[in-house]
Amino acid sequence: MYKKYLSYPHLMWMLIFVLVPIVIIFLYSINVLSTNGTTGFSFENYKNFFDITYMKIFGYSLWIAFLSTVFCLGFGYPVAYILAKRERERLAKGKKSSTMFMLFVMPMWMNMMLRTYSWLTILESNGLLNTLLGFFGLPQVNILYTTAAVVLGMVYDFIPFMILPVYSVLVKIDPSINEAAEDLGASPIKVFFKVTIPMSLPGVVSGITMVFLPSITTFYISNIFGGGQIMLVGNLIEQQFLVANNWNFGSAIAIVMMVLMFLSMKIMNLFNKGNKQMAMF
Amino acid sequence: MKKIMACLLAVLLTVPFFAGCESKTVINVYNVGDYIDEEVISMFEEEYPGIKVNYETFYTNEEMYIKVKNNSTAYDVVFPSDYMVERMIEENMLNKINYDNIPNFKNIGEQYQKLDYDPQGEYSVPYMWGTMGILYNKDMVDEKDMDSWKAMYDDKYKGDIFMLDSERDMISITLKSLGYSMNSYDDAELEKAKNALIAQKPLVKAYCGDEVKDKMIANEGAMTIAWSGDAFYCMDLNKSLRYSVPKEGSNLWFDNMVIPNTSKHQKEAELFIDFMCRPEIAKKNAEYIGYSTANEEGRKLLADEVKNNELRYPDLSKLDNMEIFTYNSELSEKYSKLWQSVKVK
Repeated sequence: MYKKYLSYPHLMWMLIFVLVPIVIIFLYSINVLSTNGTTGFSFENYKNFFDITYMKIFGYSLWIAFLSTVFCLGFGYPVAYILAKRERERLAKGKKSSTMFMLFVMPMWMNMMLRTYSWLTILESNGLLNTLLGFFGLPQVNILYTTAAVVLGMVYDFIPFMILPVYSVLVKIDPSINEAAEDLGASPIKVFFKVTIPMSLPGVVSGITMVFLPSITTFYISNIFGGGQIMLVGNLIEQQFLVANNWNFGSAIAIVMMVLMFLSMKIMNLFNKGNKQMAMF
Repeated sequence: MKKIMACLLAVLLTVPFFAGCESKTVINVYNVGDYIDEEVISMFEEEYPGIKVNYETFYTNEEMYIKVKNNSTAYDVVFPSDYMVERMIEENMLNKINYDNIPNFKNIGEQYQKLDYDPQGEYSVPYMWGTMGILYNKDMVDEKDMDSWKAMYDDKYKGDIFMLDSERDMISITLKSLGYSMNSYDDAELEKAKNALIAQKPLVKAYCGDEVKDKMIANEGAMTIAWSGDAFYCMDLNKSLRYSVPKEGSNLWFDNMVIPNTSKHQKEAELFIDFMCRPEIAKKNAEYIGYSTANEEGRKLLADEVKNNELRYPDLSKLDNMEIFTYNSELSEKYSKLWQSVKVK
């Protein structure tokens, strides 16, 4: 009864818009223009990437992405936990599901650029934040155009991607499991660490993937918040395409990043064994 | 069977996206962002009902070059700067313009024609021109320092300097501040420029694009490098801002209209360029953008305090240490590398 042909449009879509572009990027990346003007195939672009200056950028990107992920998890998990708890209590009382969760996801419906730019107005040296601080006679802060600002921007933009998967796992945990643990004499703290956290791991893992991967390749957040001074891998790729006109090198970096992401997703999914339906959301 | 039909229909539905059909002639115009009074486009379309203008914008010449080179859209009129015109001529990317179809070309000031980037005057029609200088906030700096590029590299102004994220302009200014030619690609001189730019990095608040104008207007920084036109725009909105062309000399630039060889509608493109060269249209654009127009007849229509302003319309014959950017592939490659090594430091 499995109707295969229903998936053909989807397959065509994937082929044209996913597979073919990747192949083209790959072809670009191994295409090298030699000095006499002819093109040949070589892995020179890949070799160039493993140069010390680019490795530094790469390391820095990893560090920033790591920081953003840690902050997203640190802030996102409690939020998801509280939301899930409220939701379960409401459902237990037979009420409709709450709108609180909607409110947390709503900023995602706004244009990302717009949301990012609005932070500039807040953080500028004569911006909203400093005006407010000045009003109360407090010292001024100047964090715009620093690493801290970039991390702030990333946490702000990506935190819904952490809350969503964690929440959707937490809300499905059967309350009777917690009750059973308590009946057996575990304190609430112990229940949290021994029962809730292990059971929410699949959500945490997909949350981490969904925050870490985009934050390592973003370029506009670092551009806007870093004032063009902070160079991440995403900026490097953007520059190769738009400024340096070296599409081949840019493609090579993109392919390296893709391979790395694929590997990290594989590693992440190792934690997800037996919970396949949770892999993404 | 019904389902197969449904699938086919679904696929067919996507077809129109690939085959937008138009009965009008469409010309693709590619200009710098915010560099035309868009009303002019509707006026053109009204006057020539058979032509529809598809208007797109870019931020840097380099970005424009890549798109035209890759032929992603068949552009009919583009607006490159001087050195980019030179590069596009060298790489055979431009069509010769038939000036007989542009009677209004006579309105273009003679001093702006046949400059070094298009010495025979075959490919380009000058649009706007100006200088490059320092735009500063007089309340935040010592005005005495502002007659030299050196101020941009001075510790005194740490954290108050905006630079532009544009390799050609920043490297050239640095070369000039060190007393070299803006078009130098001598390795030793470039090395010094690179060191100066790296040393300057901790002083710089941000490397900006177009948004630098808003930042200067909002008193977010003390100074930036600016094109004269942008500077006047900012000065209109913030009375503390001043513009100076440093004594070491500076860049003199010309933005032009050209027809790339991707064009499929040369005739219509020439009609558009001719329309842009009409004095009243040139005046309208100059008023909207705030830049200095190369259209002499158009300039005469402007308000007195604008058309006789020394900063806006300096006498070209008196500016002896000004340079126009030149193009050279070796230079372009070296600048690109240099800027990257500055940015990754």
